[in-house]
Amino acid sequence: MAGLNKVVSSYEEALAGLSNDMTIMVGGFGLCGIPEGLINQMVKMGVKGLTAISNNAGVDDFGLGLLLKHRQIATMIASYVGENATFEQQMLSGELNVILTPQGTLAEKIRAGGAGIPAFFTATGYGTPVADGKETREIKGRHYVLEESLTADFALVRAWKADTMGNLVFRKTAANFNPMMATAGKITVVEAEFIVEPGELDPDHIHTPGIYVDRVIQGTFEKRIEQRTVKAAK
Amino acid sequence: MALSREQLAQRVAKELKDGYYVNLGIGIPTLVANYIPEGMEVMLQSENGLLGMGEFPTEDTIDPDLINAGKQTVTAVKGASFFSSAESFAMIRGGHVDLTVLGAFEVDVNGSIASWMIPGKLIKGMGGAMDLVAGAENIIVTMMHADKYGNSKLLPVCELPLTGYGCIKRVVTDLAFIEIKDGAFHLLERAPGVSVEEIISKTAGKLVVPEHVPEMTF
Repeated sequence: MAGLNKVVSSYEEALAGLSNDMTIMVGGFGLCGIPEGLINQMVKMGVKGLTAISNNAGVDDFGLGLLLKHRQIATMIASYVGENATFEQQMLSGELNVILTPQGTLAEKIRAGGAGIPAFFTATGYGTPVADGKETREIKGRHYVLEESLTADFALVRAWKADTMGNLVFRKTAANFNPMMATAGKITVVEAEFIVEPGELDPDHIHTPGIYVDRVIQGTFEKRIEQRTVKAAK
Repeated sequence: MALSREQLAQRVAKELKDGYYVNLGIGIPTLVANYIPEGMEVMLQSENGLLGMGEFPTEDTIDPDLINAGKQTVTAVKGASFFSSAESFAMIRGGHVDLTVLGAFEVDVNGSIASWMIPGKLIKGMGGAMDLVAGAENIIVTMMHADKYGNSKLLPVCELPLTGYGCIKRVVTDLAFIEIKDGAFHLLERAPGVSVEEIISKTAGKLVVPEHVPEMTF
């Protein structure tokens, strides 16, 4: 690595320093936009006791589901975990600590974490179990819950295009949680579909500026589809 | 006769207005998209980061990077935009979505809604539902009036863990269109052929019934 060139050539290098009991953020919504190779590398490394922050928990044999299967996650912070039987079983047995968080609150916690905001008030979850034990306040006649922001030791992000300086462009709904997570990791690692030279991305079209990004690796993706729905042929 | 899922969606679709931005939840709410009146422009928001959701793709236009909040492959209409989850919920929380339609297990006379968890039975998570009910002014809940044993789902107080407190004003069930205000359900319309008596018998929470209850039209 030299200067602002953030490209690494192996997955070992991409996740160097990631160790047991760390907090990780993993981009994606369902299986859409997940950093597949980085997840596989964590399985290979065998890191354990992780706190994983991700909207979903993958499926039994793909995505974060792989880390669950190998019992590498101790705490999961997510909004929806419905598609994963392993998850449900580990949660019910108490083996896995789960903090279910409303999706918008989760997104904002990460955005705030990356932006240096320690907490914020939101109406989401007021009067529900989500607000249990949290400070609430009435502001202009409405009730709000104080939610603390989130950061991570490692943020694992999938981008469509990255330049070697770590400027990122996401594609369609594969963006989802990736842009905020890129800002909230002490070390942000990007797995990109395409790596291009600086200047090839139009500065007006960059979603995530390179300042947030520490490492970039060229990925290859299976892009598994969770719910394959097509319209009937005419 | 109680409404079918399609009729229920059709009745909700009558509440759409030209130029609306609308978020449709999973299940019956999704079907509302099939009944947008001809010539009306409505943009569908999908909270995973899409404004301008289109129909399902064909086998050769399928794109794993383009899904809806139900994780189904979809398309984007002309004029659509993509954005992050934080941006998406800024739209929702900030009250920019004109109409939200979502399902529920229970609602009560104070407008509280339970839709995400059945203790000991089902733990899937709330997804975006808590943000949607907290952020939207204009919410329609679609649900069955009673469970298969005839137990009312329109209650004095929700029994399941809440999704939102005091945020629901309109409910369309398979039997009735109901408004929630002043701590009571108000019967506005009944499904064609369904008697007021049946609705009364299947509504556990306080129900205000006007002298004349018109039948729904579609």
